[in-house]
Amino acid sequence: MNTTASTTHYPAQTITQRTETHTLSVLVDNEPGVLARVIGLFSGRGYNIDSLTVSETEHQKHLSRITIVTTGTPMVIEQIINQLDRQVPIHRVVDMSTLSVPAIERELAMVKVRGKGENRVEALRLADAFRARVIDATTESFIFEITGASAKIEGFIALMMPLGVVEVSRTGIAAISRGPEGM
Amino acid sequence: MTREMTGAEMVIQALADQGVEHLFGYPGGAVLPIYDALFERNDVRHILVRHEQGAVHAAEGYARSTGKVGCVLVTSGPGATNAVTGLTDALCDSIPVVCITGQVPTHLIGNDAFQECDTVGITRPCTKYNYLVKTIEDLPRALHEAFHIARSGRPGPVVVDIPKDIQFAKGVYSMPEEIPHKGYRPKLKPDADKVKAAVALMTKAKRPLFYTGGGIINSGPAASKLLRELVQATGFPITSTLMGLGAYPASDPQWLGMLGMHGTWEANWAMHDCDLMINIGARFDDRITGRLDAFSPGSTKIHVDIDPSSINKNVKVDLPIIGDCTHVLEDMLRLWRETKAKPDKKTLDGWWKQIGNWRARKSLAYHNSKEIIKPQYAIERLYALTRDRDVYITTEVGQHQMWAAQFFKFEEPNRWMTSGGLGTMGYGLPASVGVQLAHPGSLVIDIAGEASVLMTMQEMSTAVQHRLPVKIFILNNQYMGMVRQWQELLHGGRYAESYTHSLPDFVKLAEAYHAVGIRCDKPGELDAAIIEMINVDKPVIFDCVVDQAENCFPMIPSGRAHNEMLVGDAAERLEDAITEEGKVMV
Repeated sequence: MNTTASTTHYPAQTITQRTETHTLSVLVDNEPGVLARVIGLFSGRGYNIDSLTVSETEHQKHLSRITIVTTGTPMVIEQIINQLDRQVPIHRVVDMSTLSVPAIERELAMVKVRGKGENRVEALRLADAFRARVIDATTESFIFEITGASAKIEGFIALMMPLGVVEVSRTGIAAISRGPEGM
Repeated sequence: MTREMTGAEMVIQALADQGVEHLFGYPGGAVLPIYDALFERNDVRHILVRHEQGAVHAAEGYARSTGKVGCVLVTSGPGATNAVTGLTDALCDSIPVVCITGQVPTHLIGNDAFQECDTVGITRPCTKYNYLVKTIEDLPRALHEAFHIARSGRPGPVVVDIPKDIQFAKGVYSMPEEIPHKGYRPKLKPDADKVKAAVALMTKAKRPLFYTGGGIINSGPAASKLLRELVQATGFPITSTLMGLGAYPASDPQWLGMLGMHGTWEANWAMHDCDLMINIGARFDDRITGRLDAFSPGSTKIHVDIDPSSINKNVKVDLPIIGDCTHVLEDMLRLWRETKAKPDKKTLDGWWKQIGNWRARKSLAYHNSKEIIKPQYAIERLYALTRDRDVYITTEVGQHQMWAAQFFKFEEPNRWMTSGGLGTMGYGLPASVGVQLAHPGSLVIDIAGEASVLMTMQEMSTAVQHRLPVKIFILNNQYMGMVRQWQELLHGGRYAESYTHSLPDFVKLAEAYHAVGIRCDKPGELDAAIIEMINVDKPVIFDCVVDQAENCFPMIPSGRAHNEMLVGDAAERLEDAITEEGKVMV
């Protein structure tokens, strides 16, 4: 036999598809370990996490909602959804990126800017244009709160950068479908 | 039944209420209260193993051969970590196991206490689900839910980690009427239109093939029965994965033998050339598919699986059907019988003729010898001499496992226990202990390799203690045979560390365990030695000294497709075996 062939006993990767970014909403039991289970699934199977948010959303029913932004080929995205869906404490998984009407995606960022004089005035002007609120102020700094789609936040931070951005804290994306129906 | 009891008593009561008769375990500090509760009862029998890995494999053997949930009890820390290999094995092969682990008291969790480990953290990726029970109120529900989750849907292992203070705590126990888990509802019944579409494809097929797997076995004996009816009603050929052997009788003419890396010529060629593949309860594992872009290029693929995550994981299929094999087969069979249109008889005959040509290749043939025992011959004789008996086979992992799959013919499901997905060397001996316990009067044989069996050899002591007359049939070639074969074929014959020097004398080893040892190295003496082994009513280690150089064929080499199989020297040459007409299609 031809020994120049692969010397592993595993088949080579032969299927290649383009990667896509999808936002998944995952309804889970709010119990210890459930987040570890989700994250472990992603790391264990080599999936990507671009953004992740978690919070309890229905206190009475003990349910939390996880929003995950992930990247992969269509086959991998399908796998991720199915792998998540079969986990015992996971109730539902919805791919927000394949809904008939695109879902609403928002995130919140807090941006700390340090500066004096004209930079300070310029920062306030920009914040106004982006509808960012001042939530903390000292004589040499502001903290702005901005909400919106990720692109808007990226744009805001990029413009603020030369004005003295010290640090940024972002929540990651939360998503919800349009219209009267829930997930 | 509702009454107050301690957590430890609840554990045993829940096991009894779940119908557990046998519990495989090993005591330790963090499970002593449970052992104390066990001591007072005799409805749950405890089998003391010699290593926690052995406990889980024994439970797997028990589960696989009975269809019930296997049950394990181990202590915290090393008890739990030793069980991890077994749990992973059970996850890969979808075997229902409930493993109860002791844990340090709740106030010490996270303090690096003695024999503490993060059991739920460690076992999260190697179980279907796991629990850390932090209050006594949660314990009864967790225990019963664990059994429900382990056995339903796609079965798998579940761990229940119970801190020692919870074992001592008192609470009210009741057996839940039903276990209405909110998020966990496996889909059992298939969509009717999907089954209808599948049957429609089947009626139009020209070169159809059933490709079945362990899902049929897991679904229960009814699935095997329905499969037989469907295969016979359709007249289609059938092949199966390693995990699915026995679901369809190997003596039937429609059976093509196992497929995959060491599958038969006819099964793999049929997979490659079929125009309709009906996958029932198999998962397109890489041992089956070989090179993915050349995997059965011209076929329409139907995939029946209870686990939606198996669909389109490795191979994109045309018609996925989510559901339990029994339900799907039932619907398929009914619809098939109702449907008037049937595949063209002449076309199907042509397909069978083609398969006949592939069969003529005799891909399992080997050169026998009068001087030295060929491993294939040993298994053929073992099969021939145990045919009329009630026999269960377990295996370790390697060449012997593949030869057993090729040469031992299974007629019934649940008779074949092997580590398929994880490929755990050391599985077979402890698994045979579990099987023998479940089937006291039956002949239980572990077809083993000398390297594998040494990994869990300590369980011989378990077999002897519990008077389980398992037969450990070792094909001893002094090599990790499959490793050696790969080194021969792919690494220029550089046998790095695959030869075992200083092996024990297996006959004396058997005697040291108070078992019986038999050695045989001459083909002429093999039959008598096997008969002697069968007739001994004690555990036996049979040291069958075989040819060291024998390779396992056919074989799909790495990165190749089904139609690029290698066969041994003894197989019929293609030109001799295949008619002119057949050549065109090859």
